[in-house]
Amino acid sequence: MATRVDGGMGAPMARGAVVEWARDIYDDLDFTVVRQWLEEHPKSKAGGYLPVYAPREVLHATGFLPVGIHGGGDRLEIIRGDAFYQSYICHLPRSVIELAQSGRLDMLSAVLFPSTCDVIRNLSGIWKLLYPDVYVRYVDVPQIPDPGAAAEFWAGELRRLLDDLGDVTGHRPTDEELRRSIALYNETRKMIRTLYAARRERPWDVPTEELYLLLRAGESVAPEEFIARAQQYLAAVAADPKRQRDNSRVVIVGAFCEQPPLGLIKSIERAGCYIVDDDFLLGNRFLTHDVPTDGDPVRALADAFIRNDMKSSVLYEIDPGGKRSLMANRVAAANADGIIFATPSFCDPALLDQPMLRNGAEKAGIPCIAFKYAENTGQFQQFREQAGTFADSIKLWGAA
Amino acid sequence: MVLQKEMIANHFERLARAPETGEPVVYTFVPGNLTELIRSFGALPVLPEINALQSGMRKLSGEYIAEAERAGHSEDVCTYVKCDIGMMRSGNIGPGGKKLPKPDLLLLSYTGCYTFMKWFELLREEYDCPTVMFHVPYQGDGKLEPEHREYMLRQLREQVIPALEKATGRKYDEEKLRHHLALSAMAEEDLVAVLQAGKKRPSPIDGYFGTVYYVGPIFSAFRGTQEGVDYYRALREEVEERAMLGLGPITPEGPLEGEKYRLVVEGPPNWTHFRDFWKMFADEKAVVVASTYTKVGGTYDFGFRHDPNDPLGTLADYCSGCYTNLNLPSRIDMICQYIKEYEADGFLINSVKSCNSFSAGQLMILREVEKRTGIPGAFIESDLVDPRYFSAANIKNRLESYFQMIDARRAGKTP
Repeated sequence: MATRVDGGMGAPMARGAVVEWARDIYDDLDFTVVRQWLEEHPKSKAGGYLPVYAPREVLHATGFLPVGIHGGGDRLEIIRGDAFYQSYICHLPRSVIELAQSGRLDMLSAVLFPSTCDVIRNLSGIWKLLYPDVYVRYVDVPQIPDPGAAAEFWAGELRRLLDDLGDVTGHRPTDEELRRSIALYNETRKMIRTLYAARRERPWDVPTEELYLLLRAGESVAPEEFIARAQQYLAAVAADPKRQRDNSRVVIVGAFCEQPPLGLIKSIERAGCYIVDDDFLLGNRFLTHDVPTDGDPVRALADAFIRNDMKSSVLYEIDPGGKRSLMANRVAAANADGIIFATPSFCDPALLDQPMLRNGAEKAGIPCIAFKYAENTGQFQQFREQAGTFADSIKLWGAA
Repeated sequence: MVLQKEMIANHFERLARAPETGEPVVYTFVPGNLTELIRSFGALPVLPEINALQSGMRKLSGEYIAEAERAGHSEDVCTYVKCDIGMMRSGNIGPGGKKLPKPDLLLLSYTGCYTFMKWFELLREEYDCPTVMFHVPYQGDGKLEPEHREYMLRQLREQVIPALEKATGRKYDEEKLRHHLALSAMAEEDLVAVLQAGKKRPSPIDGYFGTVYYVGPIFSAFRGTQEGVDYYRALREEVEERAMLGLGPITPEGPLEGEKYRLVVEGPPNWTHFRDFWKMFADEKAVVVASTYTKVGGTYDFGFRHDPNDPLGTLADYCSGCYTNLNLPSRIDMICQYIKEYEADGFLINSVKSCNSFSAGQLMILREVEKRTGIPGAFIESDLVDPRYFSAANIKNRLESYFQMIDARRAGKTP
């Protein structure tokens, strides 16, 4: 059972201690840190969101602790969830249903279902039927970066969300309160960018297994606590440099919704790959620039989404050449050697995008491999062999 | 049927000649299709789902899907998409046996199906042609607000119409649009009369297998055309005559007499074995009196008609009301209403592997409908156009067991 580490968040902490704190939260499918937080904040509530993008600032400003719902991974036996889904539907929704039906999500007073795909969309309807006392909203983000109609539509959606969530908590935030939440999430995203930059520069010092655990913990704790732990982690990393290995640098693509089991991430790293960019937990950094903290805060959030330059399979690509160039751009930005398309089985967004992305990558001469996983995959030997061969081939033959 | 075949053949002939005649071609999807608007620009619509299902019925889809999978498309994704891409890569020979023209515009009406977005991104890669996105908000709360309608109207004015003007070289003509919308409303009125004939005993139509033919013209190229009006008037007269004479529906084996089971069906049909599938029902004298799939191109039987007095607003209303744009609770309400109003004694879901928009949540639908109506449901699985996922023996066994259960209930042997 995970408990929150109280006090001393500014104090130095060993790398191992921060990672273990994060691992405890990751392993704990009872969301004990969330329940503790609720006990300590009796006037507040917990609000869940599914992948990929939900406006956490709005949850936060209305008095919710935003909680990422990412399924039970390989740590949860599915009994009830399978009764809701056919075998050809991805694993995430059955795992989320399992968590809910076993009472593990009963601390959530609201759940947001982003417009990631039709499975998550329809799960919002199932939630309405199963949990009529929980506030449920399908978050339909605009699909074109149009500063007129689309920005206005999204601002309207955000205002409605503020009103509805405010009704649940009894707290309608002032503009200033919303600005404070925006500023806090600007800080959070800045910290995530710093962590990603540190890993990109020195992946031997920031293994993705550790980074991932830290980010997963960040999905269940208050943003201030995540930022403090991340600072402790970075300080600990600086004080504890590791030896660089002759690994290949790879980008992981396709794992933005249903999350890979930790064992898969470890297997890729142990097979001789440094993961230097990925799309795990993409929603936590979906907005790539700071949201302005002056003026109308709702409009600022809406405009930030429209101006955003995040490229994702869950958004329409307006640039006809965008899919073709995306992988080359990401590989160049990460100074990577190759791409691993690691995609959940039956994931429409990732799998429908993959031919376009892979064609673009291969035309740019970027080595690629692809495999599929489920969040509860338990055997990693094949992935390790595949990733190991891939890493070796990059080292032997370069980008040829 | 003869009239419909002729209409569709003429349409594909016209499409084949489009490169010579210069008629612009706009690809779009069935749910949320803006056929009247496309027609008002003098353009011809192409519906890729229709091409895919036709390929399925003509036993061509298996090879097209294999072609797409060889090109890197996953076995896990929508087979309509792969069938379409495979057909294009195999020469793009359409249902009429002639080459389909390239699109002058891909009109991505993003209505009720995530895959549509990726489908046209993929086609854009293949055709290298302009694409315009029309985002129709999903009815997550069971209704849309006036702001959602305004959002759609602005997109129509600011994005879709300019894209059509550019692709066709013609100016937007609202009077022409009104003309097409008025024709749509007339055809819709007659279509609803046909659909609601399923309430009669015996039903003179099959509301699923037969009705996919009936909705063909209005879901594809013929909404808003005089041909469409004439077709639905003739169809209505034929159906009303059958009803008056107390006749059952026409099936592939001829007229069905002695209706024994009245079913409501949720989910699209399998197209690769369409006639075999239908025969499994007809052999048992099971008639589908209403279905949800036949509402993907519009929920006219719940009162919607295109309104020429509000040309763009009515297009927005039409799109937002298509079946797959409704949330799960609304879909359940609709099915329960069908069961009650059409006096069905059975409810069946055909869950297709390809379509998460339909299939994700269908087991919940099954339980809820059973709970609310007291009628036990049946659940079978197949696919849209992938012949690998149609197991005739399994489906037949399950249907036979289901009909036996209905018999037992009627005899009072089960609760």
